[in-house]
Amino acid sequence: MEKFITLHTTAIPLPIENIDTDQIIPARFLKATNKIGFGDNLFRDWRYDKENNPKEDFVLNNTTFTGSILVAGDNFGCGSSREHAAWSLTDYGFKAVVSSYFADIFKGNALNNGLLPVQVSPEFLKGLLAAIQENPATQVTIDLEHQTISYQDEKEGFDIDGYKKMCLMNGYDDIDFLISKKEAIEAFEAQNS
Amino acid sequence: MKKTLFDKVWDAHVVDTVPNGPQILYIDKHLIHEVTSPQAFAELEERNIPLFRPDQIVATADHNVPTENQHLPIEDPLSKNQVEQLTKNCEKHGVTLYGLGHKYQGIVHVMSPELGITQPGMTMVCGDSHTSTHGAFGTIAFGIGTSQVAQVFASQCLLLQKPKKLRVNVNGKLAKGVLPKDVILYIISKLGTNSGTGYFCEYAGNVFEEMSMEGRMTVCNMSIEMGARGGMIAPDETTFEYVKGKEFAPQVEEFEKKVAYWKTLKTDEGAEFDKEFHFDAEDIAPMVTYGTNPGMGIKITENIPTNSDASFAKSLKYMGFEQGESLLEKAINYVFIGSCTNSRIEDFRIVADYIKGKQKATNVNAMIVPGSQQVAKQIKEEGLIEVFEAAGFKIRQPGCSACLGMNEDKVPAGEYCVSTSNRNFEGRQGPGARTILASPLVAAATAVNGKITDVSTQLN
Repeated sequence: MEKFITLHTTAIPLPIENIDTDQIIPARFLKATNKIGFGDNLFRDWRYDKENNPKEDFVLNNTTFTGSILVAGDNFGCGSSREHAAWSLTDYGFKAVVSSYFADIFKGNALNNGLLPVQVSPEFLKGLLAAIQENPATQVTIDLEHQTISYQDEKEGFDIDGYKKMCLMNGYDDIDFLISKKEAIEAFEAQNS
Repeated sequence: MKKTLFDKVWDAHVVDTVPNGPQILYIDKHLIHEVTSPQAFAELEERNIPLFRPDQIVATADHNVPTENQHLPIEDPLSKNQVEQLTKNCEKHGVTLYGLGHKYQGIVHVMSPELGITQPGMTMVCGDSHTSTHGAFGTIAFGIGTSQVAQVFASQCLLLQKPKKLRVNVNGKLAKGVLPKDVILYIISKLGTNSGTGYFCEYAGNVFEEMSMEGRMTVCNMSIEMGARGGMIAPDETTFEYVKGKEFAPQVEEFEKKVAYWKTLKTDEGAEFDKEFHFDAEDIAPMVTYGTNPGMGIKITENIPTNSDASFAKSLKYMGFEQGESLLEKAINYVFIGSCTNSRIEDFRIVADYIKGKQKATNVNAMIVPGSQQVAKQIKEEGLIEVFEAAGFKIRQPGCSACLGMNEDKVPAGEYCVSTSNRNFEGRQGPGARTILASPLVAAATAVNGKITDVSTQLN
């Protein structure tokens, strides 16, 4: 996994609430047996019409907005546990998603793929969305070490599990850690059999 | 210290705690299917890590299988490849597979309980958010992502922060025609789609105590639709009776020993919850959803609420509904009865009981998809199949089918489908499809009348 330390970029606004993982990547695109290429179908049915032509009113088809941060409405990533949602966002080029609320499973999947979910207050989210829409060149900075997100003169702290933060900053994943605990796991099994 | 049901099961599975970090939770059973497992197998192979406990894993093919002509090769090459990959992976790594054609094949959350794989007090995971279903047995069961599938493959454990605790109490007497599906749709309509995020939910009260295991599974299944990773109901005589004698359940003496332990899995009097809600059973009626998330539900006799929010307006626009209107008498052309929420034998008995001697409306395309081969067999043995066929319903073979529109079973763009499934998201049942979630009884009545019908007025 790639290390995540700081991110300084423009951002893409998607001010819709309850964006579920079926919108992020519809089920009919889950037939692959690898993790490659899911970005092509990210937000498929919002991004393309029935004839596969880009829908002009969708933000990913609007070249005014660019950057590797997605700023979305409340309760992002609800619904299905499909990790393909996280893979499609990272494959498209996103490194962080900002929202006022994340669904549990999506949040875990994002963290396991080096995609940082940044949960901010509803007020901060509102201000950030307005700033980007007003000026698409607005720079947003995410500092994982200090757990802050800032733009213009606004700054807010965000929470992240200490262990997950360590994993992201070092590019580690849970498998390595769990395998290192094999003895304890076997002892637990022996005790409970 | 007084403990909740959730605490008791969780604490019994903690291997270790990382200082200032998550806990290592031991997983008793790991269920897998073709869609969310291939990348996890690949991950382990790339890193040259063997599966740690392959005998604690059970696989089936459900999400991406056709529901017609299952004896023939799968037509869609991508689907065929995915299902074949599961077979190859299971053979290579020594994992039990109930694949297409096997007598136990079915939707993973229907198959596991009916075989006695699901048992009280266990921890269970699957790369599917509706794994919460198994909580009906007093089991900690939850959906995981593919990276976590790989973690469980490698270590039979997961690194997790212990979730907070929520209890939803429903007491009183349910009116005739109000099914477990209505109870959970009602709860979600009151609490919203993210009230459970970060929590594990316990359902308590006489309404759940009096429910069958099938009903409890329907309720726990949709816990994720209010954001809760899982839902649980304390095991009782109904649970023990259901598990008893199932193929992979403990037998005879071992069973009695287990029951003695399972009886201890109740929330202690006075144990604390982080959040608690109370509802009256008398206030619950047959429910329907009108929007694009499961929290957007109303009693079938109510009107769509008014709301000035932009996301609400977007949702109604997608559905083609107006604020303040009633859904009663809306013409419906598609009815889907199936999915891990409502495809168990009890669901089909209810449907058959209602439609016996009736005909589906000519405009309606009514599809029945049993949850498993075992359910399909039972439908046949109990003579329900004749009832369905005589009424003009199409009976398919087991799979997830039109719940998620991954195979050919899709609802056309712009069409309404009254569905017994769990999600009414935009495009869930096919691009542009409009889903109205309801109970099997409301779905059956809709199929017969060709329009949304207040079923309670038709029951004596």
